[in-house]
Amino acid sequence: MSEILSAVVSIAFFGVAFAMVLYLISVGLSVTMGLMGFVNLAHGVFAMFGGYAVTTLMNDYGMPFWASLICAVVIVAAVSVVFERLLYRHLYGGAELDQVLLTIGLVFMSVAAAKYFWGPLAQLFQPPPELRGQINLGFREFPTYRSFLIVCGAVLVIGLWLALDRTRFGAKIRAAVDNLHMAQSVGINTSGLFTLAFALGSGLAALGGGLGAELLPIYPGYATDYLVYFLIVVSVGGLGSIRGPFFAALLLGIADTAFKYLLPEIGSFFIYALTLILLMWRPRGLVGSS
Amino acid sequence: MAAVAERVVAGAADTFARRHRLRWYEALPWAAAIAGYFAFPDYLALGAQILATIVFALSVDLVLGYGGIVTLGQAAFFGTGAYTAGLLAAHGFGAPVLGLVIAAAAAALVGLVSGVIVLRTHGLTQLMMTLMVAVMLSAVANKANTITGGADGLQGMVVQPVFGLFRFGLYGNTAYFYCLAVLFLCWLAMRRIVHSPFGRSLTGIRENEARMHAIGSPVFVRRLVAYTISAAMAGISGALVAQTTQFVATDALGFERSGNVLIMLLLGGIGQLYGAFIGVPLYMIAQDRFAAIDPVYWYFWIGLLLVLMVMFARGGVLGIVDRIGALIRRRQ
Amino acid sequence: MTGAATPPALETRGLCKSFGALTVASRIDFRLARGARQALIGPNGAGKTSFVNLVTGVLKPSDGRILLDAADITPLSQAQRVKRGIVRTFQITTLFRGLSVLENVTLAVSERLGSGGDIHRAAGSRRHIIDEAYALLERLALHDEALRPVKELAYGRQRLVEIAVALGLAPKVLLLDEPAAGVPSSESGTIVETIERLPADIALLIIEHDMDLVFRLARRITVLVAGQILVEGTPQEIAADARVRQVYLGERAHA
Repeated sequence: MSEILSAVVSIAFFGVAFAMVLYLISVGLSVTMGLMGFVNLAHGVFAMFGGYAVTTLMNDYGMPFWASLICAVVIVAAVSVVFERLLYRHLYGGAELDQVLLTIGLVFMSVAAAKYFWGPLAQLFQPPPELRGQINLGFREFPTYRSFLIVCGAVLVIGLWLALDRTRFGAKIRAAVDNLHMAQSVGINTSGLFTLAFALGSGLAALGGGLGAELLPIYPGYATDYLVYFLIVVSVGGLGSIRGPFFAALLLGIADTAFKYLLPEIGSFFIYALTLILLMWRPRGLVGSS
Repeated sequence: MAAVAERVVAGAADTFARRHRLRWYEALPWAAAIAGYFAFPDYLALGAQILATIVFALSVDLVLGYGGIVTLGQAAFFGTGAYTAGLLAAHGFGAPVLGLVIAAAAAALVGLVSGVIVLRTHGLTQLMMTLMVAVMLSAVANKANTITGGADGLQGMVVQPVFGLFRFGLYGNTAYFYCLAVLFLCWLAMRRIVHSPFGRSLTGIRENEARMHAIGSPVFVRRLVAYTISAAMAGISGALVAQTTQFVATDALGFERSGNVLIMLLLGGIGQLYGAFIGVPLYMIAQDRFAAIDPVYWYFWIGLLLVLMVMFARGGVLGIVDRIGALIRRRQ
Repeated sequence: MTGAATPPALETRGLCKSFGALTVASRIDFRLARGARQALIGPNGAGKTSFVNLVTGVLKPSDGRILLDAADITPLSQAQRVKRGIVRTFQITTLFRGLSVLENVTLAVSERLGSGGDIHRAAGSRRHIIDEAYALLERLALHDEALRPVKELAYGRQRLVEIAVALGLAPKVLLLDEPAAGVPSSESGTIVETIERLPADIALLIIEHDMDLVFRLARRITVLVAGQILVEGTPQEIAADARVRQVYLGERAHA
């Protein structure tokens, strides 16, 4: 295989794996922002605590990888409901600034809490034995865990899309994103729907945080340092969209990997510039309606 | 009857026309600044940082409190000013006032160019764009570390005496009064702006953009002017900090700076002109006391305070003062 | 009615607007005479609000022209049209809610006189602007509430402030979008009286659902259905028109 082709394959491979993690974490944010109109800068906190839950359960309690993931999702989703009921709900439809300030406050608290409980260093993350090492796909070898991320991500994405297309819950979400007022007037319990959607989004973020602990290391600054990535996925994808952020995540994942490979020092600059240009071209994102 | 009615008539319009006159309490910040100089001679360096940061908070208040533009990227302009002043001083142009002017111009230029892009959008997209501008500049400063010194800071700044007379000494006397004088000028400018028809039209845009269009106001231009002025002021603040500490690093452009200033402003009161004068000292003095004990706890408590204020005390300290005032008036 | 020699205050020729497959204005030829007291009625979704948005420049037409005093204003922006004298009020109160009543009107007067962008002098030192705004409030009997924030006013009073802000712009053509919508009947009388007393040289177009109000205020009525003018005439002609009845009875039967 020629060197260029090999590089392209590597970039595509690692980019797609990264994209899966980005999408899982960010899709909930898209729903919160599109459905509840809530600028939730603290969304990354749920992903971070998902990551902490997974690494702690595995490293300190010897729990298997899969069980840790499920526990993490359940714990974070449950805790997020408390936050939604206590704080978020009061600012739905409120001023953007209040939402920004509230969630910056939550981010600050999360940074301190993470440092207090887990210390300043990144958590050790060891994939389970069956997912370590390299896997041979016939024409070349790939890291097993990244391959797993791609497959697992694809299954989850298809599952999520099918669920939202086929179930009553999904239909209600789509109706509410489309026209909240109309959804309320046909008798959809939007209050319960919001809570459920919030919990689902937070649970997915926790899953993304846990699965992606190898790519986005779990440390106290997680929620601020990766915030830009999540926001790019959501704003480029289109608010309230389920599918849009997937394409945005693919774009970002592959572009980020490519720039880091080709222009390691100034790559992030091009990512931001690209985002700015995309938003100038389509202020409502790739699939946003005008 | 007619005479009485006429007096009432004159009353309302007169009251309205007199709103920009100076009130006695507007002297309080300056009295406090002078008193602070004599009362805490050991803390003049911190004092100078507080004064310089008030300028930064004022710049945010102009776009956010008056213009209604939620920005997560004000550090872009602060950092531009800081690096402009820093690089000038590191290359033999250490005259502080000239540095301030050039820093303000550079930041204004960045504000104008980014404003043309940012202000065409709304809501989250706008928020994102303000953030993108700041992280882009931050990426550039990091990359150009041979020029900027990156995260370790710019080396070799030599700031000359102010007007060739007053040296920046060890005790911070010059720094304190230099910052105080610049803050005073910025306050004068800011006060004039918010009381001018232009400032009023900004509040109109904040309150209801659609109606401003419908009364024939060039909304985009107004916002762009405000954004540019605000950027210049943030640049001045950055230059002040750079010159008085003789240090600039990439954190001048960081997200934390943009976020912290929002907190300080909320603490004092947003859109009230004097919120910056209350919130910034409160925050920075508390930070100096508590963060020294334990920086981890500091962020936890400041985060908690922020959450509680958004939920219960939206108007900040000035909002609470207003409420108490209203309560007393009602009693009477 | 005005003679053929004087051009109408406002005219649209072949005005079209569509969003994809949805057509909200289809070749509308509309004339509003100087000093007119005219109403635009039509069932829900007939395109009344779109028409207002087209005339005021919020929407760009797909085709057709808009003329003010025989001058083509189609390419002008919303702000430029306001400067030429096309002013509107909003169906849902659209005011500066946190600002005082006087400030609301002062902002409008200040923009009209071109000093809205002035950054050097205090707003309070422009006494003629404040006095003009205040005089307007007196005319509408709002002066007792001049210094109160708009959001503290009763809704009926807020509707009057809507009109006061519009008058602060010295309109030649005033489009009133459901001026009494949402106001309890006890307060709507004041609004109707205020509209009746508006200066005779303002060409008035009232977009309205309430037929009592339309018949009380309008001397001519235009009926808009599905983005097209169905018929135009005096209130008597409209009341007697079989097609109009059918549209309205049909709508009622659906509702």
